[in-house]
Amino acid sequence: MGSVGAKEVPVLLGPDGRRIDGRKLDELRPLKIQAGPLRQADGSAFVEWGLNKVMAAVYGPREVHPRHLQQNDRAVIQCKYNMAAFSVDERKRPGLDRRSQEISKVIGEAFESVVFAEEYPRTSIDIYIEVLQANAGTRCAGLVAASVALADAGIPMVDLLPAVAVGKVGGAIALDLKKEEDNFGEADLPMALVPQSGRIVLLQMEGHMTEPELAQALDLGVKGCRSIYDVMKAALREHYAVAPMQEAAA
Amino acid sequence: MSEEIAADIQTTHILDLAADGRRVDGRAVDEYRPVSIAPGFVATADGSALVRIGDTAVVAGVKLEPGKPFPDTPNAGVLTTNAELIPLSSPTFEPGPPQPGAIEVSRVVDRAIRAAETIDLTKLCVTPGEKTWVCYVDVHVLGHAGNLIDASLLAAVSALNGAHVPAKRFGIAEADYPLAMDHLPIECTFVRLGDTIVVDPTFEEEQAAQGRLTIATDEAGRIVAMQKGRVGAFSPDDVKSLVRRAFVHGDRLRAAVKGGAA
Repeated sequence: MGSVGAKEVPVLLGPDGRRIDGRKLDELRPLKIQAGPLRQADGSAFVEWGLNKVMAAVYGPREVHPRHLQQNDRAVIQCKYNMAAFSVDERKRPGLDRRSQEISKVIGEAFESVVFAEEYPRTSIDIYIEVLQANAGTRCAGLVAASVALADAGIPMVDLLPAVAVGKVGGAIALDLKKEEDNFGEADLPMALVPQSGRIVLLQMEGHMTEPELAQALDLGVKGCRSIYDVMKAALREHYAVAPMQEAAA
Repeated sequence: MSEEIAADIQTTHILDLAADGRRVDGRAVDEYRPVSIAPGFVATADGSALVRIGDTAVVAGVKLEPGKPFPDTPNAGVLTTNAELIPLSSPTFEPGPPQPGAIEVSRVVDRAIRAAETIDLTKLCVTPGEKTWVCYVDVHVLGHAGNLIDASLLAAVSALNGAHVPAKRFGIAEADYPLAMDHLPIECTFVRLGDTIVVDPTFEEEQAAQGRLTIATDEAGRIVAMQKGRVGAFSPDDVKSLVRRAFVHGDRLRAAVKGGAA
């Protein structure tokens, strides 16, 4: 949530049920995913989601740094979420803050729930998420990018992890909040779904919602995650598409 | 351990090729990798650019905010350049406080911008002694495939080139206005591989290098900054001929910054 200041609260929901950017309540912002844009990393992905731009890279399984974190029966998954100084309106001081550390932790734990870490004992799978341009929902965009990057790195997982934030704006439950909706809305609920099992592995919430609203929000989030899942799969298919076999030379 | 052995074999190969004036990626000794510049890459920044030199990728963002001038320069604005070699960009970078390599990149880029008087700092002053614009140039390395210094400065000047002073947002003027850029420094880095000196080294060539030299030039024909790095040596004649090469590459890259493409 950004600083609200003394600014006037904008009209978040029009009488026609349209949102501040013209979207319907159950509509996602445009989402574009590129798998494998970085050569140095074992896996990478770049996500442009609305006005968010997020790069993720995966290294590993590799030696564990620092050594004392090593586990004898499985890989440790280390996630670092970081925002570039210029990614927000008011320059953010570079370096780790408490918010970034918390987000890193919950994203790392979400992936621990789906990665077959026991396949790689005494190693580390390192996930780096860099937010280059932020407009609400960066943890979900980061998670989506990291998930595609993990797949690009060939790390075995139960499934990809689509993620989206649901919220409440102008009294209505809305999918995929943008910045104004996040700042001035009544609630924000980011979540990540394992599509195969239908289970949620990341869930946070801040704001005010009634019980029926929460139920509605969860259903909407699951629906949103399923569309995002399709975009993620398409990005990987595109990156690994094999050119049609050439006719065998005579 | 295995990395060191691989590096030895690689180094020998790079040096063997260089002796014949050849390079692993097939480039000529004085050939730069393809450069692409995407200005305005980050909408939240007041100026930005994504620059690629081969597989090296760097994004720079400029942010301006009101602040206090330093007591010893009450009429001048403040310019700060910071480079982050984040662990995302290379398997050899680790999280933690900035490594000497990152600090060197930051400082060499900052020096070129400052020495070339890229931005007239007195124009950033709002009220002498009280209020001035503080200009932050943050460089974020996304992919490290060698020659971070050139890529970082190229991204920084490309970001400054299209930057706007957000005067309206901070209630200092009626409208935003373009940040005035007086000069355009470009850095050009060479490494010595045996008796051959190559431009725009890859990561592997940097590992094999016996000395690195960076020369910053500007459009007025001035040499504005230099930095020799890594173990190794250059003769005065080497330096003189490299300066000439640095101007040729510098002029071409300057045109690319102005044109917003390569």
